Amino acid sequence: MTVDTAPMATEALDSPRSKQAMKARIARRYAAERRFRAYGVAAILFGLTFLVALFSTIMVRGYSAFLQSAFTLDVHLDPSAFGSTTPPSETDIRMADYTKLANRALFQALGVDPANKADARAASQLLSQNADVQIRKTVEADPTVIGKSVQLSLLAHGNVDTLMKGHFDRSVPENRRQLSDKQLGWLDKAAEAGLLGKHFNTGLFTYGASSKPESAGVGVALVGSLYMMAIVLLIAVPLGVAAAVYLEEFAPKNLLTDTIEVNINNLAAVPSIVFGLLGLAIFINFMGIPRSAALVGGLVLALMTLPTIIIATRAAVAAVPPSIREAALGVGASKMQSITHHVLPLAVPGILTGTIIGLAKALGETAPLLMIGMVAFVVDFPTTPLDSATALPVQIYMWATAAERGFVERTAGATLILLAFLVCMNVTAVILRRRYERRW
Amino acid sequence: MNSKFIAITAATAVGMGAFACAALARDQVKVAGSSTVLPYANIVAEQFGKAFGNLKTPIIESGGSGAGIKQFCAGVGEDKIDVANSSRKIKDTEIADCAKNGVNDIVEVKFGYDGIVFAVDAGAGEWKIEPKDLYLALAAEVPKDGALVANTAKTWKEVNPALPEWPIVAFIPGEKHGTREVFEEKILHAGAKATGADKLLLAKAEGKDDAEKKKNADKAAVKVRKDGAAVDIDGDYTETLARIESNKQGVGVFGLSFYENNKDKLKVASISGVEPSLETVASGKYPVSRPLFFYVKKAHLGVVPGLKEYVEFFTSDKVLSADGPLVEYGLVPLPDAERKEVQELVKSGKTLATAAK
Repeated sequence: MTVDTAPMATEALDSPRSKQAMKARIARRYAAERRFRAYGVAAILFGLTFLVALFSTIMVRGYSAFLQSAFTLDVHLDPSAFGSTTPPSETDIRMADYTKLANRALFQALGVDPANKADARAASQLLSQNADVQIRKTVEADPTVIGKSVQLSLLAHGNVDTLMKGHFDRSVPENRRQLSDKQLGWLDKAAEAGLLGKHFNTGLFTYGASSKPESAGVGVALVGSLYMMAIVLLIAVPLGVAAAVYLEEFAPKNLLTDTIEVNINNLAAVPSIVFGLLGLAIFINFMGIPRSAALVGGLVLALMTLPTIIIATRAAVAAVPPSIREAALGVGASKMQSITHHVLPLAVPGILTGTIIGLAKALGETAPLLMIGMVAFVVDFPTTPLDSATALPVQIYMWATAAERGFVERTAGATLILLAFLVCMNVTAVILRRRYERRW
Repeated sequence: MNSKFIAITAATAVGMGAFACAALARDQVKVAGSSTVLPYANIVAEQFGKAFGNLKTPIIESGGSGAGIKQFCAGVGEDKIDVANSSRKIKDTEIADCAKNGVNDIVEVKFGYDGIVFAVDAGAGEWKIEPKDLYLALAAEVPKDGALVANTAKTWKEVNPALPEWPIVAFIPGEKHGTREVFEEKILHAGAKATGADKLLLAKAEGKDDAEKKKNADKAAVKVRKDGAAVDIDGDYTETLARIESNKQGVGVFGLSFYENNKDKLKVASISGVEPSLETVASGKYPVSRPLFFYVKKAHLGVVPGLKEYVEFFTSDKVLSADGPLVEYGLVPLPDAERKEVQELVKSGKTLATAAK
């Protein structure tokens, strides 16, 4: 600066040379500012492009996961399939050969001769291998349907689903296709007759893990994630708020509290897998909580979220002006009353925002769950947090590695579900901040 | 207020403790291990859940053969897993590790084979390769005029005139995969032998005695070039497939079952004139395959509800036979006689230790 202005002082200010130089300098300054702003815009555009590309790929790949192909078939529940006793015993109902009943209905609808073994086998491959579970559930819900014909919507095989969604290339030579010409013929006929159609895929939300894409869903993962979030809330919020309030309001400023503060900040930056290792050592090996249990996952994620909540709460508490505390103390409130009646209520929006952002981070976490056995194939729904469960991001990860084509769209579909949750949480955080935050 | 808070904390702690105790009586089989075995185990678990309505469906964890066996060997007890899936045989060091933790009786169950195939984009022409070609294309050092030189081959055509003029780019399994070991043993070792590189490596190898020299030569034989021609894939086959879809002139290594499920996008290469298929792998004609195992903790048999049933169900004809669900997915089945043997072994509960005696 001084170098720039030094020659100016020696020259007359209104000399034409000096005016010209000044104009040039001003022009340069404006140009620099325009460039500076352009860099910022470019950075935002760059980020947005990636975001749009990412979202659109996931959307394009994933939207079809919310539809599922199914056959609408009249299934005759032949009483002879349910043993000899009437009414059939519970075991008979459970062990009945529902696959046979499903196939029989399918053969009839497609006009396949069951005596022709090759045809029968090819036709039976069009139904999901888990279609039998659907019929069993119907019968278990109401055993009186035995002996009658019921119209059921039975899941089609994953390959049929791929075909119905247009991800299937018919021009590939027959021996390299998943469906033969004959099977395609049946399917086209069935689709024309309205026997085969696409419906909203409720199974995606209600089924547990499955080796077949058509009967795989995020149900168990949703319940697992829900349990874990509840545990994180129950543990991390009280602990985090208590720690933050103590540190901010009561703790003396000395070397010890400084160390604690630095360490909390460090803890927030520790790679999440470290928390998984810690969970494995303490909760599973030492405390003996079963592997893969949502409780362990919740505890690990709670530890991981704790620093985030402490930092957010401290910031929120520190933002409450000292005049509020002094006024409370001035009218005779105790220190605790001034905190619980005045400081905390005013800090709540900030605390909530921090909590929600911490929760959202925990919801998307996979790495720590790997160590504690939650990256697993779990079919049965967990009834308590101690039962085995998985989590949403884990389910996405496991589907991403599966070989069947049907899992590609499900991976993207589950990602959309997870994104929807995250967006909801983040929007809630923004709304809370906008509505309740007080500026001083 | 203070005493109330302490009371609540204490109650929560007690409640959680009681919770944990209640959980100790496990009623569910727990399995961990190989990601190659995982899809098969998933199918079995699912079918098991359907067939045995009174038993819970087993929990199958992924994470790799080594990690699974490590967990398996952590000890006996209800908080330890019952079965380890593995895409390779358990190592002696692992058995020793097991014994140290009190896991003495291990039942080894071989349930099938996995073929490892080389595949290119579906639009490509015929691919016929031999271990020799792969060695010359991918090894770090190749023999030339009786001496070892750094590998500079640029195209497949340079390696074997019958191959197309594609730049050499091969997506091979990363070091952490069990598949890598099979690739090294069945392709690179075989290739080194076929090209005569093994002798040159042995002559060059350093070591105190012949055994150590041989070991070092073997190690040198599986070194792949680091100039971008051989790309390690640490992810799964889906990643390899994505790489081939974006680089139509790439060659990838897949499991046979993965290829079977993605036949419309991939074309398989024959090795030494043999096309990989369930038949050629089962008969041993196709050279690149490996057995698949699961290991059962004998101390848990009869203690953990459903474990005995799970093991018997896994090895039953219904599951393992040639028209069973595993073969449909792409498992290379055991020959009938071998399957009978495995079923006998499961019934008798013969452990590794007694088998060795």
